[in-house]
Amino acid sequence: MAGADNTILLEKTYTLQGGDFIRAGEISSSIKKILKEIGIDSQIIRRMAIASFEAEINVVCYAEQGTFNLTITPDTLKVVVQDVGRGIADIELAMKEGYSTATEQIREMGFGAGMGLPNIKKNVDRLAIDSLVGKGTRIEMVIDMKNLNQQDDNLNG
Amino acid sequence: MTLQEIKEILKCDVLCGEEVLDSLQIEKAFAADLLSDVLAYAKEGTLLLTGITNQQVVRTVEMLELRGIVFVRGKKPDAETITLARSKNIPMLTTRYLMFETCGRLYQRGLTGCIECV
Repeated sequence: MAGADNTILLEKTYTLQGGDFIRAGEISSSIKKILKEIGIDSQIIRRMAIASFEAEINVVCYAEQGTFNLTITPDTLKVVVQDVGRGIADIELAMKEGYSTATEQIREMGFGAGMGLPNIKKNVDRLAIDSLVGKGTRIEMVIDMKNLNQQDDNLNG
Repeated sequence: MTLQEIKEILKCDVLCGEEVLDSLQIEKAFAADLLSDVLAYAKEGTLLLTGITNQQVVRTVEMLELRGIVFVRGKKPDAETITLARSKNIPMLTTRYLMFETCGRLYQRGLTGCIECV
């Protein structure tokens, strides 16, 4: 982005183990708290909290381990999730609403409807997914801080 | 309407958040047993009606900034889930009415959905 201010104001790393359904959500809760403390717009906080929570659910459902990296600059809010796990064979297919490889256990918990990645996409301004089957998946979620009306455009359509 | 009125309409037991029943205004509701759908569609400030009682329901409400939870079909979460909700100031009630009855009774009294269709 031309003229973007890339000064890192805050950077934080978290880890989450696959299968740890009890702790899934703690990272997003912590990110939400940090964003609130530094006075980020509440709609942006909500969008990133939803996206990062969906990513946490994906890690506990499908990966062995995931690392979450939060980076805040004056212009952008970024969360990068790198997991070690089975990876995604067909990213385009995984992005389709309703497509899911969830187990019965995941569905019983109320997840696995094939809405996670599409919902992440809906809530962030930029989403990049890279995956290697058998190795893991990296997703980069970015919200532009100067784009406050994005959610209304996305969610009320 | 207030959460106290909802408690009376649905003959609820209060699991936590007793202190905010009279002051908490509820204008919209969202009903689902699929947290994926809640995460995709529920709007801020909504009351969640659900039969899912695990800790993730509290996390979901927290991330979405929903206003509270009514568990349907007499469901009750475990103590850890109630403790988590209390720490996040999320009031939780439970009703013995089934999902359809719960929604119908609230709708009849003027509460509407936070989103009409996808």
